[in-house]
Amino acid sequence: MQMPETNRNVLLGKARIVARLRDVLPEGAVIDAPEETRAYECDALTAYRCSPLAVVLPTSTEEVAAVLRICREESVPVVPRGAGTSLAGGALPTADSVILGVARMTEVLDTDYDNRIIRVQTGRTNISVTGAVEEDGFFYAPDPSSQLACAIAGNIAMNSGGAHCLKYGVTTNNLLGVTMVLMDGTVVEIGGAHLDNAGYDLLGLICGSEGQLGVVTEATLRILRKPEGARPVLIGYDSNEVAGQCVSDIIKAGVLPVAIEFMDRPCIRATEAFAHAGYPDCEALLIVEVEGSDAEIDAQLGVISQIARKHNPVELRESRSAEESARIWLGRKSAFGAMGQINDYMCLDGTIPVSALPRVLRRIGEMSKDYGLDVGNVFHAGDGNMHPLILFNANTPGDLEKCEAFGADILKLCVEVGGCLTGEHGVGIEKRDLMGTQFSDEDMVVQMRVKDVFDPDWLLNPAKVFPLSASESHRAAQSEVAA
Amino acid sequence: MLSPRDERDVSAAVAAAEGPLRIFGGATRQIGNTVVGEGLCTAGLAGIELYEPGALTIVASAGTPLAEIEAVLAAENQRLPFEPCDMRGLLGTSGDPTIGGVVAANVSGPRRIQAGACRDSLIGVRFVDGRGTVIKNGGRVMKNVTGYDLVKLMAGSYGTLGVLTEVAFKVLPGVETRASVLISGLTDAQAVAAMSQALGSPFEVSGAAHLPIGEVGLPLTMLRLEGFADSVAYRAGKLTELLSGAGEISVETDPERVRAMWQELRDVAPFHGRAGDVWRVSVKPSDGPGIAARTGGELFYDWGGGLIWVLLPEGTDLRARLGDFAGHATLIRSSVENKARFSVFQPEPAPVAALCAGLRRQFDPKGILNPGVMG
Repeated sequence: MQMPETNRNVLLGKARIVARLRDVLPEGAVIDAPEETRAYECDALTAYRCSPLAVVLPTSTEEVAAVLRICREESVPVVPRGAGTSLAGGALPTADSVILGVARMTEVLDTDYDNRIIRVQTGRTNISVTGAVEEDGFFYAPDPSSQLACAIAGNIAMNSGGAHCLKYGVTTNNLLGVTMVLMDGTVVEIGGAHLDNAGYDLLGLICGSEGQLGVVTEATLRILRKPEGARPVLIGYDSNEVAGQCVSDIIKAGVLPVAIEFMDRPCIRATEAFAHAGYPDCEALLIVEVEGSDAEIDAQLGVISQIARKHNPVELRESRSAEESARIWLGRKSAFGAMGQINDYMCLDGTIPVSALPRVLRRIGEMSKDYGLDVGNVFHAGDGNMHPLILFNANTPGDLEKCEAFGADILKLCVEVGGCLTGEHGVGIEKRDLMGTQFSDEDMVVQMRVKDVFDPDWLLNPAKVFPLSASESHRAAQSEVAA
Repeated sequence: MLSPRDERDVSAAVAAAEGPLRIFGGATRQIGNTVVGEGLCTAGLAGIELYEPGALTIVASAGTPLAEIEAVLAAENQRLPFEPCDMRGLLGTSGDPTIGGVVAANVSGPRRIQAGACRDSLIGVRFVDGRGTVIKNGGRVMKNVTGYDLVKLMAGSYGTLGVLTEVAFKVLPGVETRASVLISGLTDAQAVAAMSQALGSPFEVSGAAHLPIGEVGLPLTMLRLEGFADSVAYRAGKLTELLSGAGEISVETDPERVRAMWQELRDVAPFHGRAGDVWRVSVKPSDGPGIAARTGGELFYDWGGGLIWVLLPEGTDLRARLGDFAGHATLIRSSVENKARFSVFQPEPAPVAALCAGLRRQFDPKGILNPGVMG
């Protein structure tokens, strides 16, 4: 992975920079010993590693502002970090960067059931936002599968999704306001407990900007009342086409399931061997979940089952109890673990139009043979978000490279059929160099101009999102204009 | 006036422009300060480019009439989730609202509290920036985090960052039926409390409004339920039970009457044909009654109390009456002079205003796209 040239002046000034940071932060909030900074050398994309210059763990917006002011004065790149669970290398440091971790900012600042909002510091984990309100019957809807560990800061940076987006949307649809610190230390308040913005939708722009526009320290999030209940139906088919058609027919029938999950045969077999959930051995498996009162659930499952039967399923199992529901979800929830039992895997995240599903799965199968690497597909079928898991052996020389090439081909295919490179993980460094397959140079330049406005020196989260060649030539053109 | 027929025409027109352009679709939502410049009408860019009911997505050229989109969706029993209002009655405009205009103004109706704003359903845009360059962002899939989200930025930017040429939406299934749970006689504060209770219940309320002076002169609080008939009936019963202490409760089950009453609310019908300025105030719902009392105007609430429509004598400085408050007030209808005097949109704090000005300079360096429309 190509990274920008290290700023030698920063490396030489390390002692001074660290001393200045220590001056504005509490005891123990600055880490600079190499054996300790190594813990921050990568996120969940472990293939790429680089120890940062230093790590700071501030506890307040004011401290974040003080850190950013110093880093800007010293021209030190800053890599914001939530919980470090990015699968896209969104928090990969450079050698001359300071990691700004929000892990010590985990407070709930306000819980307001009348207005259905919660305000938190962004180091708080996703699951513990729900944890703070669930005793009172509420929850925070976005539920990325890393929710036990991932932080709201990272959710906002990547605009994280989850399995229940079809009904509840992704982070951007559940975020009402932020406190954000710009690279020059300016603190801005955007949005709040009210709906919509007075002027431009900066909140929408910030969400998903991968920590490149500012550091979000506090967030106002929408919370919802938990539904009375939820139950799934499991449907098995002997062809991907038919399963795809069934999904489309369910949606057309006017039912809005809270989740429609899809697994293909390799994934079904792997999870069955691992979790023994009692899945049928078939080509395609759907898990469709609906919410409401018992009677409402029965009615919706009735409609769904009626549609499913028209397509001759090899198995159809409506859950009647919490126990049966858990059993149906068991395999799906252990899919990643099951694939991990077999080998190392790489998890992709492209989105496709649901109608392109059969074609895409067929083509992935062909490519799997060409590359000689197995792949299983888990898929949020309601919203088209695919998670192909490519199996490889990290200890076999050349396997990782082959896997990456295969992954790139799958993502290009997603774009080719009208979809996109990433549905919920973000671009990070992982998909940076594929941006040109989805966007024209002009499309990227306009995005980079946004970066110019928020962070004119391009110090925040360097080397992510845009291909280095694109960002370097853009910045060269900018400085020519300035001169 | 410029009347481009396609995206290329728009690009050529913007690239060649030497002075301000006044960009509009159906010109039915003349919100914002008056723009003096050559007209650029996008109504010629019309047509639905793609509609996949099974994927809940529709893509249309920006000048496509909103009515056409809604009709095509209705034929498949689907709809735009955010319930865009029709401003013609309030503003006294005529013509056909376009889908591009809906996006440019980020127009959302009562269902905003449940299904989100226009920007939440918008999944892709194509536009021509102030340099005349054609830009795309987002796409036609509902989960997409590739690159910065300019889709949201374009929604509600009133043509100042680019001329929209194509928009893509996530849509939702239509509903079998609808009902309104009605409570009469509540004070504003009681009504907001009741609405909060309903919205904080699991019964999926898709509209929550309060008219201090309802049809029969008494205060009327309205809660909307939509879905399959049995489910709507069940939830209406549950809500009635939940709010039994609140006041006199009844349930309107005639779907046509329910549709009409929410459409009137959506379109701000209580202020149609009435003289005076109309303001739209967005606040935290529980702040609603306190803020409302400070307006000194005739008003009603939507969004569970978080949206207040206010009718005031022409030339009233509402922001002076409200003082500092968390939220924003927009002057939707007034004279050209008053709009210029008060600024249509809530002034932003300096650092936010600086970011917005910076974006405007980057997207429109010549300053020709609807200049000044947002103040």
